[in-house]
Amino acid sequence: MTLPSATLLAQSVLSGIFIGALYGLLGLGLSLSWGLLRQINLAHFALAFLAAYLCYQLSHVMDPLATLLVIVPLFALIGVAIQWVFARFRVSPFNSLLVTFGLTVIVEAIIQGIWTADFRKLESSYGAAKFKVGALYVPVPELMTLVVAVVLALAVHVVLRHTDLGRALRATAEDGPIAAAFGINERAVAMGLAGVCAALAGVAGVCLALSYTLTPSQIYAWIGVVFATVMLGGLGGAIGPLVAGVVIGVSESLTMAVTSPAWAPLVSFSLLIVVLLVKRGAVK
Amino acid sequence: MRRTVTAILLAGGALALLPWLGLPLFYESFLYLVLHWIVLATSWNILSGYSGYFSFGHGAFFGAGMYTTAVLGTRLEWPFLATLPAAALIAAAMGVVLGAVVFRVKRVRGELFALATLAFTFVVGTIILNTPIDGGPGVSLASVGIPKLGPSVPGTFYLLALVLAIVTMLAAYLIARSKLGTGLFAIHDDEDAAEVMGVPTFRYKLGAFAISCAFAGAAGGIHAMFVSYVTVGETFSITVPLSVVLMSVLGGTRHWAGPAVGAAAITALLYAFTTGDHALLGKAVFGAVLIVVILFMPEGVLGWAVGRLRRRVQPTVASAEVPRPTRATRDMGSELLVARDVRKSFRGVQALDGVGLAVREGEILALLGPNGSGKSTFINVVSGHYRADSGSIRFAGDDIARTDAHRIARMGIARTYQIPRPFAHLSVLANVALPAMFGAAALDARGARHEAHRWLEFTGLAAYAHAMPADLNLHQRKFLELARALASRPRLLLLDEVLSGLTPGEINGAVDLIRAIRDQGATIVFVEHVMRAVLALSDRLVVLDHGVVIAEGAASTVLSNPDVVTAFLGTAHA
Repeated sequence: MTLPSATLLAQSVLSGIFIGALYGLLGLGLSLSWGLLRQINLAHFALAFLAAYLCYQLSHVMDPLATLLVIVPLFALIGVAIQWVFARFRVSPFNSLLVTFGLTVIVEAIIQGIWTADFRKLESSYGAAKFKVGALYVPVPELMTLVVAVVLALAVHVVLRHTDLGRALRATAEDGPIAAAFGINERAVAMGLAGVCAALAGVAGVCLALSYTLTPSQIYAWIGVVFATVMLGGLGGAIGPLVAGVVIGVSESLTMAVTSPAWAPLVSFSLLIVVLLVKRGAVK
Repeated sequence: MRRTVTAILLAGGALALLPWLGLPLFYESFLYLVLHWIVLATSWNILSGYSGYFSFGHGAFFGAGMYTTAVLGTRLEWPFLATLPAAALIAAAMGVVLGAVVFRVKRVRGELFALATLAFTFVVGTIILNTPIDGGPGVSLASVGIPKLGPSVPGTFYLLALVLAIVTMLAAYLIARSKLGTGLFAIHDDEDAAEVMGVPTFRYKLGAFAISCAFAGAAGGIHAMFVSYVTVGETFSITVPLSVVLMSVLGGTRHWAGPAVGAAAITALLYAFTTGDHALLGKAVFGAVLIVVILFMPEGVLGWAVGRLRRRVQPTVASAEVPRPTRATRDMGSELLVARDVRKSFRGVQALDGVGLAVREGEILALLGPNGSGKSTFINVVSGHYRADSGSIRFAGDDIARTDAHRIARMGIARTYQIPRPFAHLSVLANVALPAMFGAAALDARGARHEAHRWLEFTGLAAYAHAMPADLNLHQRKFLELARALASRPRLLLLDEVLSGLTPGEINGAVDLIRAIRDQGATIVFVEHVMRAVLALSDRLVVLDHGVVIAEGAASTVLSNPDVVTAFLGTAHA
């Protein structure tokens, strides 16, 4: 086995960072709802794909990035509605997995009904745009995903750590009844957070649509690796999933460059198992 | 019990005649799939449903079985039926290896276990894909001969799956009724408490995992032949683990037959909804049915049905008739428990800083000290809940400082928890029978129930035997803790603040009860803040402060000791 050239390795690291940013972006909403709402939200992926298809559809009439103006508020509403049902029925964490799976199946059926199972690819002015830095190619859509992922992770981090709202969220996650006794409106906080998580799924969906070819069954393809990202990064944090996503993305693409693409899952999931077994504290 | 076993066997026998009825072959294939999912879901439930360790790795063991049959059948040309035991064995061995690693790490519970097993699935899949086991294109079993068991090929698969389904369901039923099942249900509710009451949690989880994986492996072996072409992408996907979880939760995970009900329902629903002209609509309806069932029956269909059928127990007000034998005067015997220089720290907080004390056979020793002085930690270390950092604890001559909690329980130490920790999903009677089965008494299921009745009588809870712990008030739950500790027939009983939160009247009753316990032969160490009870009960006092013993002896001398006064009230400033 010959070692690939330095340029190829650098290009793999770069593409690993890009895909890792998407892992992190998808993982961000998942991590928040899991860590702070105690919900394992499989429907997060379905919502992201729904947003991706919406973006694809709307891109015929407007700029793909402008679709965020429609998608973000719409998905925030969807998130609030779902949370209302969860609160109404006091769904336990494991049952949340099942309910959101049911939701995923429904969304998949809707997507397939409207857009069929054929592959769809968003065409836009910058869809295929890329520029060259030194010997490396930088695709524009992926770069935008990276920027969005970093900005959102930082923003959520600041809100969680340094605002009253963030403190209320963390207190509610720690002990809901006690937080309520201190005057926090648990229901409102949870609904707000669920709205934010769904909106994040919407943003991730737009990023997906910019860089990837869409087909309904792809919903399930992301679940394993994004869950690995969330576990590595720690639940309920904002920066963790992004860092973990990049670590997984880079290790995957390096594995692909050095050995064969088929070995890539081994790296990320072995990493996850090892971390689960040895890391203390960070994973709650 | 025998009736259910007979019923399962009879049903199996009757169903075995089906291939000869001349139904269209198509039905046999459909019924094969139903049975296939019954095996997978029921086997999954043996570990995951009973103990609450939700595995998302069932696909890995199922897949291991598929590839075992594929490889042995094609490359080594084993006869198909001979590959099935091998498939079961290999899957079980993989489960044991994974379990031996994962179950050692205490944090890996709940969601973490689910993810670790899910990740394991992808790891196994990737390895098989990239090694000569598969190599990429998949393995075709076209060359492997199918034995003729039924009148047709689908009939043969139907019969094979039927036999496996009957065996799996029998196993699930017998385990649910056995000591293993009792232990697994206790692990589901409170693993630490189960361990402290003598359940060998590690071994039980590992055993249940191995059984669960073996059936999944065998099902995989049959299925490899059924589909006749095995690929990694189809095998190690999210489909198998998600389906078995859905089926089991839909049917009810706490019932041995729940997963079978769920498997039959989902397979039939999927078939009815997703074939034909409206496949897409059917898919959406399937998702909606799932959501509605989980929202309205979170315990599953069978859990819901059993809950409705169960006779609502109306506990009559118990006349708490406590036996009051006269207090026997006795000589304080030899030293039963000797702790020397026991140390335990939690991230820099030195909870025990070299505790040394001795408990004599037959005495009641009160352990006092201000909050945070290390009393409860000491109880936790002696009972094996925590492991001491250093020092020795000898119980009846054996050093138990590094012994597992369930072994300590079996040696004759029982404890209560300050905040009662009953097994929430077990009846009051089952809660008390469990330690009788697993503790020092080591009774069989029948004997344990009898023993449990005795101690419920003793603690005045007899009327609540069939109630659930949630139906009890605090006072009754504290007595339930006591009954559980007593039912194991301990030589040494550790009571952690059994009186806190009780009314004065209730305290009097409890004090009488504790005396009665000692008069039956147990040695008692109790942590208590209620001084009236301490003075009434204790033969000796030991006072802890900042993790060290600062005084011990008779109540009168200890309580006037200036160090003790300072520890409780602080230093006087003039």
